[in-house]
Amino acid sequence: MSVGIVSYGAYIPRYRIKVEDIARVWGDDADILMAGLMVNEKSVPDLDEDTATIAVEAARSAIIRSDIDAQRIGAVYTGSESHPYAVKPTSTIVAEAVGATPVMTAADFEFACKAGTAAIQACMGLVGSGMIDLGLAIGADVSQGAPGDALEYTAAAGGVAYVIGNKESELAAIIEDTYSFTTDIPDFWRREGMPYPEHGGRFTGEPGYFKHVTSAANGLMEKIDTKPSDYDYAVFHQPNGKFPTRVAKMLGFSKEQIKTGLVVPRLGNTYSGSCMMGIAATLDMAQPGDRIFATAFGSGAGGDAFSITVTDRIEEIRNGAPGVEDLLKDPIYMDYAMYAKHKGKIKLG
Amino acid sequence: MSVSRFWRKQVNRYNLIGTHCSECDEYYYPPRNMCPTCRRDGKLESYKFKGDGEVVTYTIIYTAAEGFEHQTPYALAIVKLDEGPRLTSQIVAEPEEMKIGMRVKPVFRKLGEGSARGMIYYGTKFIPA
Repeated sequence: MSVGIVSYGAYIPRYRIKVEDIARVWGDDADILMAGLMVNEKSVPDLDEDTATIAVEAARSAIIRSDIDAQRIGAVYTGSESHPYAVKPTSTIVAEAVGATPVMTAADFEFACKAGTAAIQACMGLVGSGMIDLGLAIGADVSQGAPGDALEYTAAAGGVAYVIGNKESELAAIIEDTYSFTTDIPDFWRREGMPYPEHGGRFTGEPGYFKHVTSAANGLMEKIDTKPSDYDYAVFHQPNGKFPTRVAKMLGFSKEQIKTGLVVPRLGNTYSGSCMMGIAATLDMAQPGDRIFATAFGSGAGGDAFSITVTDRIEEIRNGAPGVEDLLKDPIYMDYAMYAKHKGKIKLG
Repeated sequence: MSVSRFWRKQVNRYNLIGTHCSECDEYYYPPRNMCPTCRRDGKLESYKFKGDGEVVTYTIIYTAAEGFEHQTPYALAIVKLDEGPRLTSQIVAEPEEMKIGMRVKPVFRKLGEGSARGMIYYGTKFIPA
Protein backbone atom coordinates (compact mmCIF):
# COMPACT_ATOMS: atom_id res chain seq x y z
CA MET A 1 0.00 0.00 0.00
CA SER A 2 1.33 3.46 -0.93
CA VAL A 3 1.21 6.26 1.58
CA GLY A 4 1.80 9.90 0.83
CA ILE A 5 0.71 13.49 0.73
CA VAL A 6 -2.97 14.04 -0.10
CA SER A 7 -2.69 17.79 0.43
CA TYR A 8 -0.54 20.45 2.05
CA GLY A 9 -0.94 24.00 3.28
CA ALA A 10 1.39 26.66 4.62
CA TYR A 11 1.00 29.81 6.67
CA ILE A 12 3.46 32.66 7.21
CA PRO A 13 2.64 35.78 9.27
CA ARG A 14 2.68 39.05 7.35
CA TYR A 15 5.34 40.84 9.42
CA ARG A 16 9.11 40.78 8.84
CA ILE A 17 12.18 42.24 10.50
CA LYS A 18 15.44 42.67 8.61
CA VAL A 19 18.68 41.25 10.00
CA GLU A 20 20.22 44.72 9.71
CA ASP A 21 17.58 46.15 12.10
CA ILE A 22 18.42 43.52 14.73
CA ALA A 23 22.18 43.97 14.17
CA ARG A 24 21.90 47.75 14.65
CA VAL A 25 20.47 47.26 18.16
CA TRP A 26 23.21 44.87 19.28
CA GLY A 27 26.13 46.53 17.51
CA ASP A 28 26.77 43.60 15.17
CA ASP A 29 27.91 43.82 11.55
CA ALA A 30 24.81 43.09 9.46
CA ASP A 31 26.75 42.37 6.26
CA ILE A 32 28.92 39.75 7.94
CA LEU A 33 25.85 38.19 9.59
CA MET A 34 23.82 38.08 6.37
CA ALA A 35 26.73 36.59 4.45
CA GLY A 36 27.45 34.06 7.21
CA LEU A 37 23.87 33.02 7.96
CA MET A 38 22.51 33.54 4.43
CA VAL A 39 19.40 35.06 6.06
CA ASN A 40 18.27 38.59 5.19
CA GLU A 41 14.98 38.86 7.08
CA LYS A 42 12.64 36.76 9.19
CA SER A 43 8.91 36.51 9.81
CA VAL A 44 7.35 37.88 13.01
CA PRO A 45 3.93 36.86 14.37
CA ASP A 46 1.15 39.39 14.87
CA LEU A 47 0.17 40.27 18.46
CA ASP A 48 -2.75 37.83 18.29
CA GLU A 49 -0.91 34.97 16.57
CA ASP A 50 0.73 31.97 18.21
CA THR A 51 1.53 28.37 17.32
CA ALA A 52 -2.13 27.34 17.58
CA THR A 53 -3.43 30.07 15.24
CA ILE A 54 -0.63 29.40 12.76
CA ALA A 55 -1.27 25.64 12.89
CA VAL A 56 -5.00 26.21 12.28
CA GLU A 57 -4.37 28.49 9.29
CA ALA A 58 -1.92 25.99 7.75
CA ALA A 59 -4.31 23.08 8.38
CA ARG A 60 -7.28 24.93 6.88
CA SER A 61 -5.18 25.76 3.83
CA ALA A 62 -4.30 22.06 3.41
CA ILE A 63 -7.95 21.03 3.73
CA ILE A 64 -9.16 23.69 1.29
CA ARG A 65 -6.42 22.93 -1.28
CA SER A 66 -7.71 19.43 -1.92
CA ASP A 67 -11.33 19.96 -0.77
CA ILE A 68 -11.01 17.34 1.97
CA ASP A 69 -13.89 16.20 4.18
CA ALA A 70 -12.35 16.95 7.59
CA GLN A 71 -14.42 14.20 9.20
CA ARG A 72 -12.21 11.67 7.39
CA ILE A 73 -9.23 12.82 9.48
CA GLY A 74 -8.51 10.22 12.16
CA ALA A 75 -5.43 11.77 13.75
CA VAL A 76 -4.21 15.33 14.33
CA TYR A 77 -0.61 15.73 15.47
CA THR A 78 0.95 19.17 15.91
CA GLY A 79 4.71 19.41 16.23
CA SER A 80 6.14 22.52 17.86
CA GLU A 81 8.63 23.73 20.42
CA SER A 82 6.41 26.72 21.24
CA HIS A 83 3.02 25.20 22.07
CA PRO A 84 0.94 27.97 23.72
CA TYR A 85 0.11 25.79 26.72
CA ALA A 86 2.61 23.72 28.73
CA VAL A 87 -0.31 21.40 29.50
CA LYS A 88 -3.29 21.35 27.12
CA PRO A 89 -2.92 20.18 23.55
CA THR A 90 -2.61 22.51 20.59
CA SER A 91 -3.91 19.65 18.45
CA THR A 92 -7.39 19.70 20.01
CA ILE A 93 -7.69 23.40 19.14
CA VAL A 94 -6.63 22.63 15.56
CA ALA A 95 -8.92 19.60 15.28
CA GLU A 96 -11.94 21.58 16.50
CA ALA A 97 -11.13 24.53 14.25
CA VAL A 98 -10.90 22.37 11.12
CA GLY A 99 -13.98 20.32 11.97
CA ALA A 100 -12.19 16.98 12.45
CA THR A 101 -13.53 16.27 15.96
CA PRO A 102 -14.70 14.17 17.75
CA VAL A 103 -13.94 10.63 16.45
CA MET A 104 -10.17 10.92 16.11
CA THR A 105 -6.97 10.81 18.11
CA ALA A 106 -4.75 13.81 18.80
CA ALA A 107 -1.47 14.66 20.49
CA ASP A 108 1.20 17.33 20.49
CA PHE A 109 4.73 16.48 19.39
CA GLU A 110 7.96 18.12 20.49
CA PHE A 111 11.38 17.41 19.00
CA ALA A 112 12.96 20.85 18.51
CA CYS A 113 12.88 21.52 14.74
CA LYS A 114 11.72 18.08 13.57
CA ALA A 115 8.53 17.60 15.57
CA GLY A 116 6.49 18.17 12.41
CA THR A 117 8.22 15.44 10.39
CA ALA A 118 7.91 13.08 13.37
CA ALA A 119 4.15 13.79 13.14
CA ILE A 120 4.23 12.93 9.42
CA GLN A 121 5.93 9.60 10.22
CA ALA A 122 3.31 8.79 12.89
CA CYS A 123 0.54 9.53 10.38
CA MET A 124 2.29 7.38 7.73
CA GLY A 125 2.20 4.47 10.16
CA LEU A 126 -1.47 4.98 11.01
CA VAL A 127 -2.67 5.32 7.42
CA GLY A 128 -0.26 2.64 6.20
CA SER A 129 -1.66 0.12 8.67
CA GLY A 130 -5.21 1.12 7.81
CA MET A 131 -5.95 2.25 11.36
CA ILE A 132 -7.14 5.63 10.09
CA ASP A 133 -8.27 7.06 6.75
CA LEU A 134 -6.39 10.38 6.77
CA GLY A 135 -3.88 11.92 9.18
CA LEU A 136 -3.13 15.61 9.69
CA ALA A 137 0.51 16.34 10.56
CA ILE A 138 1.54 19.90 11.34
CA GLY A 139 4.80 21.65 12.10
CA ALA A 140 4.31 25.16 13.47
CA ASP A 141 6.32 27.51 15.64
CA VAL A 142 6.68 31.03 16.97
CA SER A 143 10.26 30.30 17.90
CA GLN A 144 12.17 32.18 20.56
CA GLY A 145 15.59 33.78 20.53
CA ALA A 146 16.88 35.66 23.56
CA PRO A 147 17.58 39.37 23.01
CA GLY A 148 21.12 39.69 21.68
CA ASP A 149 21.56 35.94 21.16
CA ALA A 150 22.66 34.60 17.77
CA LEU A 151 19.29 32.80 17.47
CA GLU A 152 17.49 36.15 17.42
CA TYR A 153 18.65 36.70 13.84
CA THR A 154 16.84 33.64 12.55
CA ALA A 155 14.08 32.51 15.00
CA ALA A 156 10.94 33.05 12.92
CA ALA A 157 7.23 32.14 12.81
CA GLY A 158 5.30 29.94 10.41
CA GLY A 159 3.64 26.60 9.95
CA VAL A 160 2.94 23.86 7.44
CA ALA A 161 0.32 21.12 7.45
CA TYR A 162 0.28 17.85 5.51
CA VAL A 163 -2.69 15.56 5.05
CA ILE A 164 -1.34 12.02 4.84
CA GLY A 165 -3.38 9.29 3.19
CA ASN A 166 -3.19 5.83 1.64
CA LYS A 167 -5.49 5.95 -1.40
CA GLU A 168 -3.28 6.08 -4.46
CA SER A 169 -5.74 8.10 -6.56
CA GLU A 170 -5.75 10.83 -3.89
CA LEU A 171 -2.00 11.17 -3.43
CA ALA A 172 -0.35 14.31 -4.81
CA ALA A 173 2.99 12.83 -3.79
CA ILE A 174 3.96 9.32 -2.74
CA ILE A 175 6.30 9.03 0.22
CA GLU A 176 8.34 6.03 -0.91
CA ASP A 177 10.13 5.60 2.38
CA THR A 178 11.42 7.36 5.47
CA TYR A 179 14.48 6.75 7.63
CA SER A 180 15.46 8.30 10.94
CA PHE A 181 18.77 8.62 12.77
CA THR A 182 18.51 9.58 16.43
CA THR A 183 20.96 9.97 19.34
CA ASP A 184 20.87 11.83 22.65
CA ILE A 185 22.86 15.04 22.38
CA PRO A 186 22.43 18.24 24.43
CA ASP A 187 23.03 20.69 21.57
CA PHE A 188 19.95 22.83 22.22
CA TRP A 189 17.34 22.92 24.97
CA ARG A 190 14.82 25.03 26.86
CA ARG A 191 14.02 24.18 30.46
CA GLU A 192 10.46 24.19 31.83
CA GLY A 193 9.26 27.75 32.48
CA MET A 194 12.24 29.37 30.77
CA PRO A 195 11.39 31.91 28.05
CA TYR A 196 14.40 31.34 25.79
CA PRO A 197 16.39 28.29 24.70
CA GLU A 198 20.06 27.64 25.37
CA HIS A 199 22.38 26.17 22.80
CA GLY A 200 25.86 24.82 22.47
CA GLY A 201 27.09 27.38 19.92
CA ARG A 202 29.25 25.61 17.34
CA PHE A 203 28.54 22.34 19.16
CA THR A 204 25.17 22.36 17.35
CA GLY A 205 26.92 22.06 13.97
CA GLU A 206 29.14 19.01 13.45
CA PRO A 207 27.92 16.60 16.18
CA GLY A 208 24.35 17.85 15.90
CA TYR A 209 23.08 19.01 12.52
CA PHE A 210 25.67 17.57 10.15
CA LYS A 211 26.03 14.14 11.78
CA HIS A 212 22.28 13.52 12.02
CA VAL A 213 21.32 14.95 8.63
CA THR A 214 24.03 13.07 6.73
CA SER A 215 23.39 9.83 8.65
CA ALA A 216 19.64 9.97 8.01
CA ALA A 217 20.06 11.00 4.37
CA ASN A 218 22.74 8.41 3.56
CA GLY A 219 20.82 5.78 5.49
CA LEU A 220 17.70 6.31 3.41
CA MET A 221 19.53 6.37 0.10
CA GLU A 222 21.31 3.15 1.04
CA LYS A 223 18.05 1.54 2.18
CA ILE A 224 16.16 2.25 -1.04
CA ASP A 225 19.21 2.19 -3.32
CA THR A 226 19.05 5.74 -4.66
CA LYS A 227 21.67 8.43 -5.17
CA PRO A 228 21.50 12.25 -5.19
CA SER A 229 21.34 12.40 -9.00
CA ASP A 230 18.08 10.38 -8.91
CA TYR A 231 16.31 13.40 -7.42
CA ASP A 232 15.07 16.59 -9.06
CA TYR A 233 14.85 18.53 -5.79
CA ALA A 234 16.33 18.31 -2.30
CA VAL A 235 15.29 19.99 0.95
CA PHE A 236 17.27 20.02 4.18
CA HIS A 237 16.39 21.59 7.53
CA GLN A 238 17.13 25.29 7.25
CA PRO A 239 18.16 26.88 10.57
CA ASN A 240 20.01 29.31 8.30
CA GLY A 241 21.04 29.23 4.65
CA LYS A 242 24.59 28.04 5.30
CA PHE A 243 23.87 24.67 6.94
CA PRO A 244 21.56 23.20 4.25
CA THR A 245 23.84 24.51 1.50
CA ARG A 246 26.88 22.86 3.11
CA VAL A 247 25.13 19.59 3.93
CA ALA A 248 23.77 19.35 0.39
CA LYS A 249 27.33 19.62 -0.93
CA MET A 250 28.58 17.03 1.59
CA LEU A 251 25.91 14.58 0.43
CA GLY A 252 26.45 15.22 -3.28
CA PHE A 253 23.37 17.34 -4.07
CA SER A 254 23.78 20.43 -6.26
CA LYS A 255 22.84 24.03 -5.52
CA GLU A 256 20.27 23.77 -8.28
CA GLN A 257 18.53 20.85 -6.52
CA ILE A 258 18.09 22.78 -3.23
CA LYS A 259 17.31 26.22 -4.71
CA THR A 260 13.50 25.85 -4.95
CA GLY A 261 13.05 24.67 -1.37
CA LEU A 262 15.54 27.05 0.24
CA VAL A 263 13.12 29.63 1.65
CA VAL A 264 15.14 30.60 4.74
CA PRO A 265 16.82 33.80 3.36
CA ARG A 266 13.44 35.58 3.20
CA LEU A 267 11.68 33.72 6.03
CA GLY A 268 14.11 32.75 8.78
CA ASN A 269 13.97 29.47 10.66
CA THR A 270 10.40 28.36 11.29
CA TYR A 271 11.69 25.48 13.46
CA SER A 272 9.10 22.67 13.29
CA GLY A 273 7.90 24.22 10.02
CA SER A 274 11.34 24.68 8.49
CA CYS A 275 11.98 21.56 6.39
CA MET A 276 8.23 21.12 5.81
CA MET A 277 8.06 24.67 4.40
CA GLY A 278 10.87 23.80 2.00
CA ILE A 279 8.98 20.69 0.86
CA ALA A 280 5.81 22.79 0.40
CA ALA A 281 7.70 25.39 -1.67
CA THR A 282 9.05 22.53 -3.79
CA LEU A 283 5.61 20.92 -4.25
CA ASP A 284 4.39 24.36 -5.42
CA MET A 285 6.80 24.06 -8.37
CA ALA A 286 7.34 20.34 -8.95
CA GLN A 287 5.99 18.47 -11.97
CA PRO A 288 4.40 15.01 -12.01
CA GLY A 289 7.12 12.38 -11.83
CA ASP A 290 9.64 14.65 -10.10
CA ARG A 291 11.44 13.16 -7.12
CA ILE A 292 12.12 15.12 -3.92
CA PHE A 293 14.63 14.15 -1.24
CA ALA A 294 14.08 15.79 2.16
CA THR A 295 15.78 15.55 5.54
CA ALA A 296 14.57 17.35 8.64
CA PHE A 297 16.73 17.86 11.71
CA GLY A 298 15.74 18.40 15.30
CA SER A 299 18.17 19.22 18.08
CA GLY A 300 18.38 16.74 20.85
CA ALA A 301 18.94 15.19 18.21
CA GLY A 302 17.60 13.41 15.19
CA GLY A 303 17.25 13.46 11.43
CA ASP A 304 14.17 12.30 9.48
CA ALA A 305 14.79 11.60 5.79
CA PHE A 306 12.04 11.18 3.17
CA SER A 307 12.02 10.09 -0.46
CA ILE A 308 9.03 11.56 -2.27
CA THR A 309 7.69 11.18 -5.83
CA VAL A 310 5.22 13.73 -7.16
CA THR A 311 2.13 12.38 -8.97
CA ASP A 312 -0.21 13.76 -11.66
CA ARG A 313 -2.62 14.80 -8.91
CA ILE A 314 -0.34 17.72 -7.96
CA GLU A 315 -1.57 19.67 -10.99
CA GLU A 316 -5.19 19.37 -9.80
CA ILE A 317 -4.59 20.65 -6.26
CA ARG A 318 -1.68 23.05 -6.64
CA ASN A 319 -3.75 26.19 -7.12
CA GLY A 320 -6.33 25.32 -4.48
CA ALA A 321 -4.59 27.36 -1.78
CA PRO A 322 -1.84 30.01 -1.56
CA GLY A 323 1.68 28.77 -2.29
CA VAL A 324 4.73 29.57 -0.16
CA GLU A 325 5.81 32.26 -2.62
CA ASP A 326 2.36 33.93 -2.31
CA LEU A 327 2.78 33.95 1.48
CA LEU A 328 6.24 35.52 1.26
CA LYS A 329 4.94 38.37 -0.90
CA ASP A 330 3.97 41.85 0.35
CA PRO A 331 5.43 41.73 3.88
CA ILE A 332 5.07 44.55 6.37
CA TYR A 333 8.47 45.46 7.78
CA MET A 334 8.83 46.43 11.42
CA ASP A 335 11.64 47.94 13.46
CA TYR A 336 13.21 46.28 16.51
CA ALA A 337 10.95 48.12 18.96
CA MET A 338 7.77 46.83 17.32
CA TYR A 339 9.35 43.39 16.93
CA ALA A 340 10.16 43.32 20.66
CA LYS A 341 6.53 44.21 21.42
CA HIS A 342 5.18 41.51 19.09
CA LYS A 343 7.45 38.88 20.62
CA GLY A 344 6.62 39.85 24.21
CA LYS A 345 10.22 40.86 24.88
CA ILE A 346 9.19 44.06 26.65
CA LYS A 347 8.52 43.40 30.32
CA LEU A 348 5.68 45.55 31.58
CA GLY A 349 5.86 47.01 35.08
CA MET B 1 -15.17 35.69 30.64
CA SER B 2 -15.43 32.43 32.54
CA VAL B 3 -13.84 29.30 31.08
CA SER B 4 -17.18 27.48 30.89
CA ARG B 5 -18.98 30.41 29.26
CA PHE B 6 -16.35 30.61 26.52
CA TRP B 7 -16.33 26.85 25.98
CA ARG B 8 -20.11 26.72 25.47
CA LYS B 9 -19.85 28.95 22.38
CA GLN B 10 -16.37 27.84 21.36
CA VAL B 11 -17.30 25.98 18.15
CA ASN B 12 -19.38 28.96 17.03
CA ARG B 13 -16.42 31.28 17.51
CA TYR B 14 -13.90 28.92 15.90
CA ASN B 15 -15.91 28.16 12.79
CA LEU B 16 -18.67 30.77 12.50
CA ILE B 17 -21.38 28.20 13.13
CA GLY B 18 -24.81 29.75 13.43
CA THR B 19 -28.31 28.70 12.50
CA HIS B 20 -30.53 28.75 9.41
CA CYS B 21 -34.32 28.66 9.40
CA SER B 22 -35.39 26.42 6.54
CA GLU B 23 -38.95 27.78 6.88
CA CYS B 24 -38.15 31.45 6.09
CA ASP B 25 -34.60 30.96 4.75
CA GLU B 26 -33.13 33.40 7.28
CA TYR B 27 -29.60 32.95 8.67
CA TYR B 28 -28.57 33.80 12.26
CA TYR B 29 -25.23 34.42 13.92
CA PRO B 30 -24.77 33.89 16.80
CA PRO B 31 -27.04 30.84 16.70
CA ARG B 32 -30.63 31.14 17.90
CA ASN B 33 -32.79 28.57 19.60
CA MET B 34 -35.95 29.93 17.95
CA CYS B 35 -36.57 31.76 14.67
CA PRO B 36 -37.83 35.25 15.64
CA THR B 37 -39.87 35.45 12.41
CA CYS B 38 -41.47 32.01 12.24
CA ARG B 39 -41.65 31.50 16.00
CA ARG B 40 -42.93 28.00 16.74
CA ASP B 41 -43.29 27.17 13.03
CA GLY B 42 -39.57 27.81 12.40
CA LYS B 43 -37.24 24.96 11.50
CA LEU B 44 -33.76 25.82 12.73
CA GLU B 45 -30.69 23.89 11.61
CA SER B 46 -27.01 24.36 12.37
CA TYR B 47 -25.21 26.27 9.61
CA LYS B 48 -21.52 26.89 9.03
CA PHE B 49 -21.02 30.32 7.43
CA LYS B 50 -18.57 30.61 4.56
CA GLY B 51 -17.10 33.60 6.36
CA ASP B 52 -16.87 35.97 3.42
CA GLY B 53 -18.47 39.34 3.95
CA GLU B 54 -18.09 43.11 3.87
CA VAL B 55 -17.47 45.91 6.32
CA VAL B 56 -20.72 47.78 7.02
CA THR B 57 -19.04 50.32 9.27
CA TYR B 58 -15.98 50.49 11.48
CA THR B 59 -14.17 52.48 14.14
CA ILE B 60 -10.50 52.74 15.03
CA ILE B 61 -9.91 52.07 18.71
CA TYR B 62 -7.27 54.25 20.37
CA THR B 63 -8.40 53.87 23.98
CA ALA B 64 -8.97 50.16 24.45
CA ALA B 65 -10.59 48.05 27.10
CA GLU B 66 -8.49 46.08 29.57
CA GLY B 67 -6.49 43.38 27.84
CA PHE B 68 -6.41 45.19 24.49
CA GLU B 69 -4.37 48.27 25.53
CA HIS B 70 -1.27 47.19 23.63
CA GLN B 71 -3.04 46.42 20.36
CA THR B 72 -4.08 50.04 19.66
CA PRO B 73 -4.77 51.45 17.20
CA TYR B 74 -6.94 48.63 15.86
CA ALA B 75 -10.09 48.41 13.77
CA LEU B 76 -13.39 47.16 15.14
CA ALA B 77 -16.09 46.67 12.52
CA ILE B 78 -19.59 45.47 11.90
CA VAL B 79 -19.19 42.77 9.27
CA LYS B 80 -22.12 41.65 7.14
CA LEU B 81 -21.67 38.02 6.16
CA ASP B 82 -22.74 37.16 2.61
CA GLU B 83 -25.61 35.05 3.99
CA GLY B 84 -26.98 38.11 5.81
CA PRO B 85 -26.11 38.21 9.53
CA ARG B 86 -24.03 41.03 10.94
CA LEU B 87 -21.47 40.63 13.68
CA THR B 88 -18.93 42.80 15.46
CA SER B 89 -15.31 41.78 14.96
CA GLN B 90 -11.80 43.05 15.08
CA ILE B 91 -10.32 43.50 11.59
CA VAL B 92 -6.65 42.60 11.29
CA ALA B 93 -5.56 45.49 9.08
CA GLU B 94 -3.71 48.76 9.32
CA PRO B 95 -6.14 51.64 10.10
CA GLU B 96 -5.39 53.24 6.72
CA GLU B 97 -6.43 50.02 4.92
CA MET B 98 -9.96 50.23 6.36
CA LYS B 99 -12.83 51.23 4.07
CA ILE B 100 -16.60 50.90 4.36
CA GLY B 101 -17.73 48.23 1.90
CA MET B 102 -14.35 46.44 1.82
CA ARG B 103 -14.49 42.68 1.37
CA VAL B 104 -13.18 40.60 4.25
CA LYS B 105 -12.49 36.93 4.96
CA PRO B 106 -12.11 35.07 8.27
CA VAL B 107 -8.87 34.20 10.07
CA PHE B 108 -8.20 32.22 13.22
CA ARG B 109 -6.65 34.41 15.92
CA LYS B 110 -6.31 34.85 19.65
CA LEU B 111 -9.28 36.87 20.89
CA GLY B 112 -7.77 37.39 24.34
CA GLU B 113 -6.60 35.57 27.41
CA GLY B 114 -7.70 35.31 30.99
CA SER B 115 -4.28 36.24 32.40
CA ALA B 116 -0.73 34.93 32.14
CA ARG B 117 -2.00 31.86 34.04
CA GLY B 118 -5.48 31.80 32.52
CA MET B 119 -6.86 30.20 29.39
CA ILE B 120 -6.32 31.59 25.91
CA TYR B 121 -9.47 32.48 23.97
CA TYR B 122 -9.28 31.68 20.26
CA GLY B 123 -11.76 32.52 17.56
CA THR B 124 -12.52 34.33 14.34
CA LYS B 125 -11.36 37.76 13.25
CA PHE B 126 -11.37 39.12 9.71
CA ILE B 127 -8.72 40.33 7.27
CA PRO B 128 -9.09 42.20 3.97
CA ALA B 129 -10.02 39.71 1.24
